[in-house]
Amino acid sequence: MSAEKVIRLKVKRKDQMDSESYWEEFAIPYRPNMNVISALMEIQRNPVNAEGTKVRSVAWEYNCLEEVCGACSMRINGKVRQACSTLVEKLEQPIQLEPMETFPVEKDLVVDRQRMFDALQKIKGWIPIDGTYAMGSGPLISSREQQEAYKFSTCMTCGCCLDACPNVNSGSPFIGPQALAQTKYFNMHPTGKLTKNERLEVVIGDEGISNCGNSQNCVEVCPKDIPLTTALAELNHEANRYALWSWLKK
Amino acid sequence: MRSNSLTADLQPINKNIRKRFVLSRLHSLAGIVPLGIFMVEHLLTNSTALLGREKYNEQIHLIQSIPFLPLLEIFLVAIPLIFHAGYGIYLSMISKSNTQTYKYERNRLFFFQRVTGITTLVFIIYHVWSFRLAPVFYGTEINFDLVNSHLENVFVFSFYVIGVVGAVFHFSNGIRTGLITWGVTKGPASQRIAQRICLLFFAVFGVLGVTSLFAFI
Ligand code: HEM
Ligand code: SF4
Ligand code: SF4
Ligand code: FES
Repeated sequence: MSAEKVIRLKVKRKDQMDSESYWEEFAIPYRPNMNVISALMEIQRNPVNAEGTKVRSVAWEYNCLEEVCGACSMRINGKVRQACSTLVEKLEQPIQLEPMETFPVEKDLVVDRQRMFDALQKIKGWIPIDGTYAMGSGPLISSREQQEAYKFSTCMTCGCCLDACPNVNSGSPFIGPQALAQTKYFNMHPTGKLTKNERLEVVIGDEGISNCGNSQNCVEVCPKDIPLTTALAELNHEANRYALWSWLKK
Repeated sequence: MRSNSLTADLQPINKNIRKRFVLSRLHSLAGIVPLGIFMVEHLLTNSTALLGREKYNEQIHLIQSIPFLPLLEIFLVAIPLIFHAGYGIYLSMISKSNTQTYKYERNRLFFFQRVTGITTLVFIIYHVWSFRLAPVFYGTEINFDLVNSHLENVFVFSFYVIGVVGAVFHFSNGIRTGLITWGVTKGPASQRIAQRICLLFFAVFGVLGVTSLFAFI
């Protein structure tokens, strides 16, 4: 019966950063309500491929198991998403697992998402609160603005939006939609506004918003339903004005 | 070392790093203002063929009597076109289309924007040669009969249909994305309405363009 059922997986593997990728198939016993992570754990428990050969177990990343940390992003049947929230039952088999190749692939499904964290540093993704002395409490934020900001605060730097963006690739310097949406997030904070222009410098820079071609894939794939394209359009508006005025002031 | 220092960077801001931003805005502007307006005007002019040979020839004379016409053509059409096409080809080359995986409507439009950019370029080169440059070199008169003699060939006619529909698509979809580039339509609802209006625009000018072609044969 159901215990006999198997799940077939096809994993794009890579032994180390500078080696070639190859595909490997696995067949694992089915259990009800399995997600892709539990399927991968099954391989980890018994690393035998579909031909019955014992192999190195598949490497991947995970933490929260509830779609809030962003560590387990990978391409599942071609589309980028979180392995922990993807139910095996809903997928066509063999289930194809590939790393997000927009990022440097370290091993099997493990990628290096450092560029996203670097991008957050570039856009000054923080609120400058205190200097050498405490500056007191900041202005109040209306609940409407809190609600709007909240959506952007849920970004888990998972990388899906960058992986699906046709304009984030090795040929383009684009920092990508995640960092731009965070720019909007920090710029709308009343204290964050103090460093707004510094962030806009990045937005109008070579790595900035001019690289977006409005394909709007980012907003479609974002697991957190962050209104990325709204942030992009708003930033376009601000960046255009900022670029023009700062140039006229020279 | 990376630092989380809260103070502003003391490095001077390099002007050159804005190059892409300025080029992309000029690219968008060129596509909308001189080129887009010119194309609409051009389609309307050609649609006078629907009113008959005389009306069309009259209209051509009217345009040819505009003072400094070659200068206007060079500065308002040729230069923006060469810049827009050149930068557009560069943009097309650096983006990696993934419509096979992500079959979303806007992603397909993004892909077709690039395809129609190229078809438009091929079409414009042939079209400008046939009806603007060749007549200058060979001294032929531009009129209804000249267009008729070209379009009577089935292959040329089909090429024109593809060229015109592609160019109209490119401009219609370009208005939609241009509205985002200039930060006009910000949210999904306004972008959806803009998309519908642009679709209507595409239908109207596409039909007008193709029926005008039929009027020549
Ligand atoms: C001749 C060859 C042409 C090529 C290769 C070309 C290429 C492109 C490309 C690749 C884009 C997308 C830019 C982006 O996503 O960032 C684009 C946008 C656009 N093009 Fe063209 N194009 C051409 C001709 C034209 C013509 C004749 C018109 C006007 C009728 C036009 C109007 C536009 C507009 C309005 C946009 C939208 C700009 C924006 O999104 O901000 N293009 N073009
Ligand atoms: S809308 Fe812009 S940022 Fe988002 S996927 Fe498309 S090109 Fe990338
Ligand atoms: S914006 Fe969405 S898709 Fe992009 S990194 Fe954040 S959570 Fe992931
Ligand atoms: S394990 Fe945290 S998002 Fe999947």
